[in-house]
Amino acid sequence: MSETPLLDQIPDGPWPSFVKEIRKTAEIQDKLVAEGKEIKMPGSARGLLKQLERSYKDKRTHWKHGGIVAVVGYGGGVIGRYSDLEDEIPEVHHFHTIRVNMPAGWFYTTKALRQLCDAWEKWGSGITNFHGSTGDIILLGTRSEYLQPMFEEMMRMDPPFDIGGSGSDLRTPSACMGPAMCEFACYDTLDLCYELTMEFQNELHRPMWPYKFKFKCSGCPNDCVAAKARSDFAIIGTWKDEIQIDQEAVREYAKWMDIENEVVKLCPTGAIKWDGKELTIDNKNCVRCMHCINKMPKALKPGKERGATILIGGKAPFVEGAILGWVAVPFIEIKKPYTEIKEMAERLWEWWDDVGKFRERVGELIWRRGMREFLRVIGKDVDVRMIRYPRTNPFMFFEKHELRPSKYLEELDKKGVKIRSFTYGEEEE
Amino acid sequence: MAEERPEWWKTDFGPPHYELMLPEVLKKNYGKWAYHEVVKCGVIKRVAESGDTIYVVRFGTPRLLSIYTIKELCDIADKYTGGYLRWTSRHNVEFILTDESKIDDLIKEVQERTGFPCGGTWDAPTGKYALSNIIHTQGWIHCHTPAIDASGIVKAVMDELYEYFVEMKLPAMCRISLACCGNMCGAVHASDISIVGIHRAPPLVDDDAVRRTCELPSTAAACPNAAIRIKAKEKTVEVDGEKCMYCGNCYTMCPGMPLFDPENDGAAILCAGKVSDARHRPELSKVVVPWVPNEPPRWPTLVSYVKKIFLAWAENARKHERMAEFVERIGWERFFDLAGIEFTEHLIDDFRIVPFMYDSYRVGTQFRW
Repeated sequence: MSETPLLDQIPDGPWPSFVKEIRKTAEIQDKLVAEGKEIKMPGSARGLLKQLERSYKDKRTHWKHGGIVAVVGYGGGVIGRYSDLEDEIPEVHHFHTIRVNMPAGWFYTTKALRQLCDAWEKWGSGITNFHGSTGDIILLGTRSEYLQPMFEEMMRMDPPFDIGGSGSDLRTPSACMGPAMCEFACYDTLDLCYELTMEFQNELHRPMWPYKFKFKCSGCPNDCVAAKARSDFAIIGTWKDEIQIDQEAVREYAKWMDIENEVVKLCPTGAIKWDGKELTIDNKNCVRCMHCINKMPKALKPGKERGATILIGGKAPFVEGAILGWVAVPFIEIKKPYTEIKEMAERLWEWWDDVGKFRERVGELIWRRGMREFLRVIGKDVDVRMIRYPRTNPFMFFEKHELRPSKYLEELDKKGVKIRSFTYGEEEE
Repeated sequence: MAEERPEWWKTDFGPPHYELMLPEVLKKNYGKWAYHEVVKCGVIKRVAESGDTIYVVRFGTPRLLSIYTIKELCDIADKYTGGYLRWTSRHNVEFILTDESKIDDLIKEVQERTGFPCGGTWDAPTGKYALSNIIHTQGWIHCHTPAIDASGIVKAVMDELYEYFVEMKLPAMCRISLACCGNMCGAVHASDISIVGIHRAPPLVDDDAVRRTCELPSTAAACPNAAIRIKAKEKTVEVDGEKCMYCGNCYTMCPGMPLFDPENDGAAILCAGKVSDARHRPELSKVVVPWVPNEPPRWPTLVSYVKKIFLAWAENARKHERMAEFVERIGWERFFDLAGIEFTEHLIDDFRIVPFMYDSYRVGTQFRW
């Protein structure tokens, strides 16, 4: 009888099977080991199948909390993982993960991929994820003593691969394909992603914050890397001036496309008109949602005054609930060497380090301390574009300098009642 | 004291520069693309201002890949694309061709060698959309906190919805995602349909493990509902079972707070979230099915709910109307009718965070009967 009767039912159906991938790894490695090839984790793919079969039977995980494992000089990027079935399945007793920082936009040469595969065949399980949720290449399963030699091989590859983020550090930044393949890209997402990653190597490799922090770079509001939902600091390409129109190309589309119903009527602000010959856009009312540009990529293009909107605070539910990032900077120019963005992030981190609670993401911190304080920290002015509607309650804080001098205030002062006054950084007394 | 390091030793050197990974045609036309169109499901034609044309051919993968499969993909890429490959943000692999005549051979060879289906694209001009791959987390494959498996559920759902991946026959984009616990590595909270692992009973405190491995204040502080009380004398904690809503945040902090119950763990299903700004602004997903049990290896109950929600939308939505827009038009009352799922008391928010609670309550008397 099969050792894995439950998993045997998985390859059923047309969608590619992960069980088949694990089994294939196990079968090829058995053969290679028999041929005398140096494989440090023989049988680990088969062990993983056995453990997964147990989970399918028991309806629970059999992985324990990770201990501290790392490579020399780094605090993050390697996740300790141990099996609670170590006596039964010793092949996966240690099964640590290595996160490998992917190239921006997930472009690869086959030469680079082959080097990673060969090293992982020798030092690990031969099983990977392309890619993990944050975007890293995930190497799934090795023993503590093979982490360092694997990393040392990565250092010597051509080109070398470094380790990604984990724990309370800067997580590996990611970017959409941007200008490499897409005409919608309003800034160079790959370059910004690369430059942020290089600038903040220390923050990426050494967890030192209250919790994790993610940058994601999307070239336009279509947001193919889901930066708005999945990053604390989302940099979304946009523009300020007029959508570029090629009327001839619009008329070409009009030969087969129902422009009135599929473009004009779906514009969220009713900013488009089509008279059968000319398409006109009321750019003052355009909210740059991308729908008309998606519909007619040959005819419409984002404007020429391009940059990005920065949304802050996006994150998953732990601890205070899921958050979609909201507008922190309505428009910013994205120009190398990206000093403004880098400095803004550094100021934000310093504040978070100072006043953030353990496991408090920056979005939750801003909820707790208020946008007013946050804006002073990053040195930006308030803008009506940050809100959907103004507050509905009158319980506003007023600061000392906003109040008129009065006898009443003097009385309060005598009683020792302090009036709120917020300063940050150099302004602090 | 620093050890002697070999000359090749380095640290903090970062990822390979992206330019090293781009084929010549992408370097040449970088930032100078003119337009794109979908030739057929899975094949995107991209034309540069220079007139250069590429064909990007997309295949769904199971995310978990053997190095031997990656090497096969590399062999195919060497043969057809001069040695370049790309992955999308949703676990699809793409080959970038410059020769249109090779498309069919490439598709045939990828399918013969790997079984990966070609598809997952969307074509806004014609208003034809395919389902893309499900983004997901580790589950029982490799995680210590999951309430459900990930890959097995994804496989079961995608087997059921396979035809929508290989053909563009949906009215609009549909993003399905899965996270195996509330920690939500997949950050699936803004998807058209999302599946989230949940626990349903408080942690069973392992006093010994708490003493050995946990810091008491941070364990107690990890609870958003203040349900964890420190018992300083005994050097452990206790849980107020009536306040706990089983998020598992304490367990991620402290191995002494396990909360696995095979009979009561399971999945919640959410829908009508989106991240793109196209037409309708981004929205969080909403819970529409509070719990379905774990039923490995094929999760029939969960799959049937996902399919009901998916079809209620696919069969009734207008062209370009995503789940969030569809529900906004027809109302939640109609949505539950159409999907044939029950609205239960669990679906009214009572988590303590005020902005979430209040924002989701309906003010006024406007609703549909």
